[in-house]
Amino acid sequence: MRRSHRTLLTLCALFAAFLTASLPARALVEIDVNKGVVEPLPIAVTEFLSADGMGAQIAAVVEADLRRSGLFAPIDKAAFIEKISNPDVAPRFEDWRVINAQALVTGRVTQESGGRLRAEFRLWDTFAGQQLVGEQFFATPANWRRVAHIIADTIYERLTGEKGYFDTRIVYIDESGPRDRRVKRLAIMDQDGANHRFLSDGRAIVLTPRFSPTRQEITYMSYESGQPQVYLLQIETGQRELVGNFPGMTFAPRFSPDGQKVIMSLLRDDGNSNIFTMDLRSRNTTRLTSSNSIDTSPSYAPDGQQIVFTSDRGGRPQIYVMNADGSDPRRISFGNGNYSTPVWSPRGDLIAFTKQSGGEFSIGVMRTDGSQERILTTGFLQEGPTWAPNGRVLMFFRQQAGSGGPQLHTIDLTGRNEQRIDTPNFASDPAWSPLLE
Amino acid sequence: MRRIAALTRSPMAVALVASLALAGCASKQSVPNTAAEIGLDGAATPGSRQEFTVKIGDRVFFDTDSSVIRADAQATLARQAQWLRQYPSYSITIEGHADERGTREYNLALGARRAAATRDFLVSQGVQATRMKTISYGKERPVAVCDDISCWSQNRRAVTVLNGAGS
Repeated sequence: MRRSHRTLLTLCALFAAFLTASLPARALVEIDVNKGVVEPLPIAVTEFLSADGMGAQIAAVVEADLRRSGLFAPIDKAAFIEKISNPDVAPRFEDWRVINAQALVTGRVTQESGGRLRAEFRLWDTFAGQQLVGEQFFATPANWRRVAHIIADTIYERLTGEKGYFDTRIVYIDESGPRDRRVKRLAIMDQDGANHRFLSDGRAIVLTPRFSPTRQEITYMSYESGQPQVYLLQIETGQRELVGNFPGMTFAPRFSPDGQKVIMSLLRDDGNSNIFTMDLRSRNTTRLTSSNSIDTSPSYAPDGQQIVFTSDRGGRPQIYVMNADGSDPRRISFGNGNYSTPVWSPRGDLIAFTKQSGGEFSIGVMRTDGSQERILTTGFLQEGPTWAPNGRVLMFFRQQAGSGGPQLHTIDLTGRNEQRIDTPNFASDPAWSPLLE
Repeated sequence: MRRIAALTRSPMAVALVASLALAGCASKQSVPNTAAEIGLDGAATPGSRQEFTVKIGDRVFFDTDSSVIRADAQATLARQAQWLRQYPSYSITIEGHADERGTREYNLALGARRAAATRDFLVSQGVQATRMKTISYGKERPVAVCDDISCWSQNRRAVTVLNGAGS
């Protein structure tokens, strides 16, 4: 069902056995992402050889991905001694060791007959004097950025032992116009901000888009019918569909991990909100909570067995976990302040949240039993974390006092590597896609 | 604003336009709230939307993270209910709003709860429930835009909007 994330690169990508030298059991160069403080790994990313500028462009995207992760420190090309003229032979490792490049990336991009792009790359351990990875990919030229992101993911995975997250997209809400009459549009872009496009025209307020884990589809909330409700949108065709036929406002949607259900809040006539699921095949709806409170922002554990959500049943908004059938709800947040927008990590180990305390907003993580709360960033207004598919990085939106509007940021789990994501306008409600297929 | 230039010859008309302009401002500034407070009592036609907005007061305010109808709001809603009973042809939409100091989804729910509390109070004052519907805008439609409490307190509100029929 779920194909390798490479196969949809319009054309197949090949693991090229002939490129893969025998690997040492354990390379010298590696990054332990579980260490408290990670010293970025010095890496040299050379321009890939090509007849046109494509080799340099692909290498630049690879280098930017690695740099933004905070785990790599790409070395200035001006320091390079060896000029790679034949990427099929081993480089002069000494030339790279002397500029302290612990890892080296070389490659070549050629245009095949028929127009498709062939990109080969090799990752070298300069101190061991060995090749760590050699792969080649074929794609249509229009997909050159995806080729670059897949190469960056391959390097990241080989050197950290963790899956990468560069071949991914972000869906979010573009904000324009004055604050009291904000125009909000669905927008989508690559994880690095490239290939930006709008998915709605701004006539209706749209909020909280979330990716399907299995299809090119998002669920979101829109005011287009006058009654705010949850919709589905096919990203490629633009086809929209109302989720369910509920009497009141539906909001705070997310997909189940198998992509078969949407879980969301339904407003009751008495002003309280409860959590429901709708099966997208059978259209059957199931009520999961029935308390006289606000129950919202549900998010499934990756195994689908539990759900984390926000509730003010105890008087203030706090984070609760219940079983997938709604049984055994228990509060897990006990710190000082209000907690909301819980999101279960794709690795299953942590829950990210927004915390309001002392007049400020923080983004933090806690274990799934609520222990070991850790605040990653605090500010005037920031909320809505979303996980990179490898569970190592969070994206959220932040509005600084007097700034006029929010912008997207990422922060890694160490809390040390924070980056702003460029968008054409103000931006909020980001959601990170799974690794593309 | 074009109309002001066209109507400046008539003092009566000027007074009316002034109150209209202030009614428009009320949805931006929210202070002051009623025509009585700004000394324009009686400027609007009885039974008109202008009268409701300016003389009666179309909105009530809430404490932080609360949907409890405060004493000052009860007085406003009692006036609204009396007026709405007097002019029964209006249908009503109650908009619930939250300030920016909460997260988006929770604030949608909070705005909905404020709209429901406002509706329920009007029902208790004799306004037919069937005339009213509610909608929450969460923190999507602030009336006051600044980054401190002077604006947030204006944005935590429920607004009674008159639809169709009527005057």
